[in-house]
Amino acid sequence: MSQEYDFKTKVALAEMLKGGVIMDVTNLEQAKIAEEAGAVSVMALERIPSDIRKDGGVARMSNPHMIKEIQDNVSIPVMAKCRIGHFAEAQILQALEVDFIDESEVLTMADEHFHVDKHPFKAPFVCGARNLGEALRRIHEGAALIRTKGEAGSGNIVEAVRHMKMITSELKSLQGQDFSEKAKEFRVPIALIEEVAKNGKLPVPNFAAGGIATPADASLMMQLGAETVFVGSGIFKSDDPSERAHAIVQSVTHFADAKKVLSASYNLKDAMKGLLMSDIPEDQRFSERGE
Amino acid sequence: MVGVLALQGNFQSHIHILNAIGIESRLVKNVEDLSGLKGLILPGGESTTMSNLLFRDQSFIDGIKLFSDNKPILGTCAGLILMAKNSFDKKVLNMNIIDIEVNRNAYGRQVHSFDDLINVEYKNSEPLSIRASFIRAPKITNLGEDVEILCKHNSEIVGVKKGMHVAVTCHPELQNEILLHELCFKG
Repeated sequence: MSQEYDFKTKVALAEMLKGGVIMDVTNLEQAKIAEEAGAVSVMALERIPSDIRKDGGVARMSNPHMIKEIQDNVSIPVMAKCRIGHFAEAQILQALEVDFIDESEVLTMADEHFHVDKHPFKAPFVCGARNLGEALRRIHEGAALIRTKGEAGSGNIVEAVRHMKMITSELKSLQGQDFSEKAKEFRVPIALIEEVAKNGKLPVPNFAAGGIATPADASLMMQLGAETVFVGSGIFKSDDPSERAHAIVQSVTHFADAKKVLSASYNLKDAMKGLLMSDIPEDQRFSERGE
Repeated sequence: MVGVLALQGNFQSHIHILNAIGIESRLVKNVEDLSGLKGLILPGGESTTMSNLLFRDQSFIDGIKLFSDNKPILGTCAGLILMAKNSFDKKVLNMNIIDIEVNRNAYGRQVHSFDDLINVEYKNSEPLSIRASFIRAPKITNLGEDVEILCKHNSEIVGVKKGMHVAVTCHPELQNEILLHELCFKG
């Protein structure tokens, strides 16, 4: 099979995830709650981002045994995270047959200069981006799906909004610019810039992540152009994970219908406690990792 | 005007195909959106997620079943599972629009997904070959007497027709193939 078809097959799974909610889970019980609440996929990880932030230390790929247990007991796609640039972790996740590999800034970086070369992998990759340059570099490396970085584990939507708006506005302003200059600035081939400028959109789906905690947050990101949302700490750090998970699923489906988002928002208990960006020292911001 | 169920999944690729063959389209998110449509598409995506949303809205399920009595429905992948008689998982809705039994994720996880040519053969027409993506695809394990075989991949049945309804286990729409949409809504 040619590399082009392989890439199409990888992007195709991202297409199937559109209009859904991908939920962080740390054990089988949470994975089952997520599936029953209508999650389109689960991200299996040992600690959710807000705990990684609190605990400190080196955050690595999760224990394969825990990922396997979830794979064996839910029917929806299972994703898992590897460290940025840690291609051996990615190889293990592929051997485990996870459905999507998230090369994630939430984990400690393994390589400060290079991300994983994702083309040789049959498993698709999702990567975070704060702006168009980062998004295109990741796509050029073989990512089949882009998500905003946002600020994971913060419960604060401000960074996800910033990143989504940045990518959208840079896409809009690309037409009419000097493509060879842009190619140099973004460090990607000029053909990729031309393709993106012509279509006015990324060549892979564009999802939102990092700080989504409420049905309203999910609706906001969808209205800003996200095609699906990842919810990390927001569900299992809340007081009512199952109800909140389903409410966010409903609000993504009906994101443009405020009455439906309202009815999904009724009767929810407290959302996770959020962090102000000023409370997170710059050297502890996940979104600063990997560019 | 043909509707595309838009609870979750790749409904936009079907809108794109309908536009390409000159059929007006509309997203269907509520039972009221079915009114006035001459056909409906149930797209790919996660069958558990779509089922989860439909199970909580019985009037929507009833509306789709009633619609299927006299108007064509095209289902791809998860859409085929929703149209089947049984997929052997209580988390998944089966509306029994086509008498088939289905095994979900039958090819395995995403690393076993692939694109390939499938053969399409229906009454009075030469067999045709179209490209389709099989993404964590289901397999048809049993079909009722009144169900016609429409598509095959190698020797396996991957598409069926019952009366005016069509369902396939794969995604021709991701390869810009228009044949099944034409067959279903222009036939």
